[in-house]
Amino acid sequence: MSVSTVDRAISQKEKVRENYLNVAHTVESWLLTTDHKRIAMMYLISISFFFVLGGIFAGLVRLELTSPNGKLLSSETYNKVFSAHGIIMVFLFLVPVIPASIGNFMLPIMIGARDLAFPRLNLLSWYLYMIGGGMILASILFGGVDTGWTFYTPYSSIYANGNVALCLVGVFIAGFSSITTGLNFIVTVHKMRAPGMTWFRMPLFIWALYATSVIIMLGTPVVAITLLLVVIERTLGFGIFSPELGGDPVLFQHMFWFYSHPAVYIMMLPALGVINEIIAANCKKRIFGYEFVAFSSIAIAVFGFIVWGHHMFATSQSMYASMVFSVISFLVAVPSAIKVFNWITTMYKGSVELTSHMLFALGFIGLFTIGGLTGLYLSSIATDLHLTATYFVVAHFHYVMVGGALLGFMSGLHFWWPKMTGKMYNEFWGQLTAILMFVGFNMTFFPQFIAGWLGMPRRYHFYAQEYQVWHVASSLGASVLGIAFILPAIYLTHSLIAGKQASANPWNAVGLEWTIPSPPTTFNFPENDLPVVTWEAYEYYKEQHGHGHSDELEVGAFEWRESEEASV
Amino acid sequence: MDNELRLTIPAASEFAEQHDKLFHTINLLAIFFTVIVFAGLAFMIIVYRKGSKVNRLRAPSHNSWLEAAWTIPPLVLGLAVFFWSANLFASAYNPPRNAKEIFVIGKQWMWHMQHSNGIRENNELHLPLGEPIKLTMISQDVIHAFYVPEFRMQRMVEPGNYSVMWVTPSKPGKYHLFCNMYCGTQHSEMGGWVYVLPKEEYNRWVASAARPVAAGGIGSKMGGLSLAQQGRALYEKRDCASCHEGSGPSQGRGPSLAKLYGQRRQLQSGQSVVADDAYLRNVLYYPNEYALAGWQQSMPSYKGTLSESDVLAINAYVKTIGVSPVGEVGAPSSDAPAADTTNQQWRYMYGGESYK
Repeated sequence: MSVSTVDRAISQKEKVRENYLNVAHTVESWLLTTDHKRIAMMYLISISFFFVLGGIFAGLVRLELTSPNGKLLSSETYNKVFSAHGIIMVFLFLVPVIPASIGNFMLPIMIGARDLAFPRLNLLSWYLYMIGGGMILASILFGGVDTGWTFYTPYSSIYANGNVALCLVGVFIAGFSSITTGLNFIVTVHKMRAPGMTWFRMPLFIWALYATSVIIMLGTPVVAITLLLVVIERTLGFGIFSPELGGDPVLFQHMFWFYSHPAVYIMMLPALGVINEIIAANCKKRIFGYEFVAFSSIAIAVFGFIVWGHHMFATSQSMYASMVFSVISFLVAVPSAIKVFNWITTMYKGSVELTSHMLFALGFIGLFTIGGLTGLYLSSIATDLHLTATYFVVAHFHYVMVGGALLGFMSGLHFWWPKMTGKMYNEFWGQLTAILMFVGFNMTFFPQFIAGWLGMPRRYHFYAQEYQVWHVASSLGASVLGIAFILPAIYLTHSLIAGKQASANPWNAVGLEWTIPSPPTTFNFPENDLPVVTWEAYEYYKEQHGHGHSDELEVGAFEWRESEEASV
Repeated sequence: MDNELRLTIPAASEFAEQHDKLFHTINLLAIFFTVIVFAGLAFMIIVYRKGSKVNRLRAPSHNSWLEAAWTIPPLVLGLAVFFWSANLFASAYNPPRNAKEIFVIGKQWMWHMQHSNGIRENNELHLPLGEPIKLTMISQDVIHAFYVPEFRMQRMVEPGNYSVMWVTPSKPGKYHLFCNMYCGTQHSEMGGWVYVLPKEEYNRWVASAARPVAAGGIGSKMGGLSLAQQGRALYEKRDCASCHEGSGPSQGRGPSLAKLYGQRRQLQSGQSVVADDAYLRNVLYYPNEYALAGWQQSMPSYKGTLSESDVLAINAYVKTIGVSPVGEVGAPSSDAPAADTTNQQWRYMYGGESYK
């Protein structure tokens, strides 16, 4: 029986089958939905919108910096543009991107639940996101904000012009959308796993989302309060951070980084989780050292909370405090290394297929490795005294957060796109995009490491001429990267209109999400026939487990599996 | 235009030389691990690509020894780098006692330097080669950072709090001075040049620094006075002496300031503090919060009356009371011309000047 016959047979069936997308078409059916999948799609669309916006601001920055005395924008406008880029990308794209879109869609399905624990709270979180996003957008479009995404006091609370207060309230509200999503995930993972889905049978993506949710619950309230305090100082004049009013400006940095360092792991952990799924599915193997990988996520989450002071080595922070923050920062390298080496070893004796999502995942590992290793320069205090707040830091956090979260997201999006939309995209264009994105990314940000080592300060509109060559190189890379972002917008949209129908399991992967049709029905699993899990995660090496919905699955695809069975 | 491709910048301080050794060691480590990861990935992809005819029997699913093998070496190497770096940082944290002290004030968007000999500079700092320099810095508004890439060193300059950074310049030259903490519209123009001069040349610069004195400010009256002498003039102008050890009608209303610097002071709040630079500043600005135990607090606040620059001058004088006479004639002094924050600053910082 050939695969294509099966696919064609399924696609005939799919045409009439009811799913979560065609169950209703009205606007209300979307705006008032409590279906986690529909909410995930609404998130996907709105997050993409903000990404495009943030990307345009990034393009403006790169264009302006091709000249050392930037001719296009005034200094004031330039500062507003880079602030808008940072605020939109961090708070409206990187933090929610994977959990709220892919996570929202996949988490219930992957643990065998019919929805999240609190479907209405889930809808509320999308509205909070849109309200917060709308306020941030309004603050940027009408007047602008020039504080940078870090909102350092007393500049943000006393000296800056523009709509800082409106913007901060927007970030505050968007923060609550993270909190409600995190709460929903935690409760769902605790209470709604299918029978037999024990903790150590969960896919690693779920572990990662769980660890992320814990960080969100613990960290986001702190930054929310901090930003509110800035608003209070700015509008009511209560002295909290401004020394003029009896406050302490460095206190803000402590409170801000207490959240914003873990926030890096809010962005990274879901991406790390996605990569596990992709590697397992594309090597047709269980992730090597599953427990080590699972616990390394938890270790990263825990360590991530006690390293915030490494952002402040250049303040008058006590020498001993700096040393403690430094040594813990070095410890974070260990669980990160564990992940990377376990991924490589997973491929050993696997059957590695270079699909588009695998290429994105490999790109992710490459960027994560470079981003992680350049973190060593910055957790080492003596070298940080030179490099902090230079382009070295800019390059480092783009490698980690963008290279990580963004490529992780692209990888996951390509992996689960057939499941989410029921359509197949063009594989060639996907592969080309993955390669272009990796190349363009390195072209954009590697020169910035060099500029930073040479002492180029970040957030500079004008700069010394000896740095121009690196800025021009970086801007060239950015245009390649820009093309790599336009392509998926085209071929993914095209797939929605003219794409082939996706089968239930186009990648021959295991996991509950591949046992139900693409796209799934409204409640994922029939009420009277929830899956009963009797197998471990990533069971690629045994006969495919069967249950109610898996009869469409194509099994026994690998000739080597039979020989293994025979030899056992 | 100077677009020659450069991969290094001079190391112009003793710290910078040490820093570079550490930096290049981390470079080697980073390259080593990057190569391992990329080579490992390439090997696995090529050998175990789908359809290749290789032995896939008994693929391992976990191996604790292997986990230890890639957990322990990164841990040990990381800790080794940490100890090296922390040690170097500790040596660069507290300035040596014999360091030459220079005061730096940051404000939107310029740097103001006050040498003890009375010379003041804007956006320029002249330093003698080979002598430890202690920079005591404070901001008049938002947070700035004093950054000289060739020194491989920066420190945030905060409002309301003195921060200290010290270097021993080890290579003569002209180096960029940058503000490296975003501080508003003209952040990228807040900077200038640091000149490291060999001893004789530095002395010549000190002798010839008596340039025309700018109008206004205390500088207009005080050309030729050391910082402590400028402070004494302010001290007299504000009549500080009438309460503190003077002979006027208010004699004895305030404590004597003789040998105050470095003493431990018992405050009315119950706190006991050392009279350091920060204490001397805060007591002028917030006398009520720093009221001395055993005294009736009656000192007015000088916030708004005395600038950060005045405070530094007064305290330079206060530190000499009862310790050493200030003397009548100091080194020649001048106020440098005011920073041009309009259209010339970019040219001054970045344009025309070839980078050395």
